Amino acid sequence: MAFDSFSAFIAMEGHGPYVWTCYGVFFVLMVGLMAWSRRRRSATMAACRRNYERQERGQQRAARPAATFTRVEVSQD
Amino acid sequence: MTSNPVRVQPVNESIGVAAAMKAVFMRDIKVAFRQRQDLLNPLLFFVMVVTLFPLGVSPEVSFLRESGAGILWVAALLSVLLSLDHLFRHDFDDGTLEQLVLQPQPLFLLVLAKTLAHWMLTGLPLVILTPVLGVMVHQPGNSIGILCLTLLIGTPVLSLIGSIGAALTLGLRSAGVLLSLLIIPLYIPVLIFGTGTVAAASEGAPVGAYLALMGAFLVLALTLAPFASASALKISMSNS
Amino acid sequence: MWQFFHKLGSPKWFYGIATRLMPWLLVAGVLLLLAGIVWGLAFAPKDYLQGNSYRIIFIHVPTAFLAQSVYIMMAVAAVVTLVWRMKLADVFVKAVAPVGLVLTFLALFTGAVWGKPTWGTWWIWDARLTSMLILLFLYGGVIALDRAINDEKSAARAVAVLVLVGVVNIPIIKYSVEWWNTLHQPATFKLTEKPSMPAEMWVPLLLAVLGLYLIFGWLACLRMQTEILVREQRTRWVKDLVMAGRF
Repeated sequence: MAFDSFSAFIAMEGHGPYVWTCYGVFFVLMVGLMAWSRRRRSATMAACRRNYERQERGQQRAARPAATFTRVEVSQD
Repeated sequence: MTSNPVRVQPVNESIGVAAAMKAVFMRDIKVAFRQRQDLLNPLLFFVMVVTLFPLGVSPEVSFLRESGAGILWVAALLSVLLSLDHLFRHDFDDGTLEQLVLQPQPLFLLVLAKTLAHWMLTGLPLVILTPVLGVMVHQPGNSIGILCLTLLIGTPVLSLIGSIGAALTLGLRSAGVLLSLLIIPLYIPVLIFGTGTVAAASEGAPVGAYLALMGAFLVLALTLAPFASASALKISMSNS
Repeated sequence: MWQFFHKLGSPKWFYGIATRLMPWLLVAGVLLLLAGIVWGLAFAPKDYLQGNSYRIIFIHVPTAFLAQSVYIMMAVAAVVTLVWRMKLADVFVKAVAPVGLVLTFLALFTGAVWGKPTWGTWWIWDARLTSMLILLFLYGGVIALDRAINDEKSAARAVAVLVLVGVVNIPIIKYSVEWWNTLHQPATFKLTEKPSMPAEMWVPLLLAVLGLYLIFGWLACLRMQTEILVREQRTRWVKDLVMAGRF
């Protein structure tokens, strides 16, 4: 341990504000970026899901008269 | 490949590469002289930006003598940047550019010809105008000479690098601002060495090495930038 | 070999691998980063010249280091995009550019705050800070160009050209900024003193760099997955995946 007490650790011999500001901003931005990226993926998932459900509903309604075409796009891999 | 006897000869290939480059170059010059206002605008802009500094900061001789070279360089950089939007825009709008892309001659050489024409029409007039403005910002005669020399080597680099940005932003909505965003970071080395050379000269240091370095920038830009802007042009053309 | 290469280009394959890899990346990354930071903050000895303010190094250097290497990685991916037109490469560039921007900003911010107790001012036109600022502009340009072009394929290729032009310029910019700096001010003492650093200082630094690398890997996977979902939403496998609800 480089410090004698917890209060010395916080104060850092007067350099505390600078050090803690840096670490604070670092954590806020990194955690923010990580959380935002995660949220974006789940939002994309949800949007896709809504799209698919709407398509299926549309197809059921359209299927009733006559057509039975289903359009399936195949992945290229 | 050479052993293949049947080789389709495109009609246009009868025109050599050099002739095609010359044709593109001459055409751009001619078109520009038909719309003279477009030629004058960057020059007017250059003079106006330089005027802003004594008015906005200080008209004192000591300040102007110290920072005059920097002011002129920044103003030249900005007015080249302003004129870049025209480099491909008109040809893009009227379809000439599409024809250019389809030519059998390598596109990067044609782009090089266009860029050289652009420099002749904007960079060179700026260099010619520089002595007058240099006197107005109290530069000593020796500095004005070096300043002109650095601008003479530097402005073609600005045009060449700028052509990449102009090609990338072709046909986009806010092309002008975007172009500046993309290109200004790439201009920084040229600016640093351009003003650095003048500063060294005013302190009486030998400037040969600096000028050689700027020459190296020019050679590098001449060899690499046309390739980048040609491929960027192809991408932008396929976009529209 | 070629089969592997082909597989690597397949979004579906990547999506699966990324899902399996991500928990490990996140856990290991967070643990390493926290270990490095706690060690650096509380246990590493104080620097005899700069006192305790040097402890900012344990985030400044990792962010600065990563900010630069992310750009290099983007350049490699740009070459792959232009030469082999591999789908995943341009997904990578697009997904990772904002992360690079944030990291560059963090490096600048921590550098500026560190400058206050060290030099007495928040900002100094120091060679490293200035070239970091230019790197920030380069990232900004990449993101702006990507946003401005609507067509996905052209956007990917245009951005690839821009990234490559930028990466050719980075060494020139760095060199010229360093030269400019010596021209305008006598060398002050630098932020990071590499040679005389004892092991108690550089080991936690190394841990923090590694940890941040792994966290970057996690972020890259996550953001690439998002981008893949958007691009491949018309394919069967994405539909199956989304409808199965395995989030």
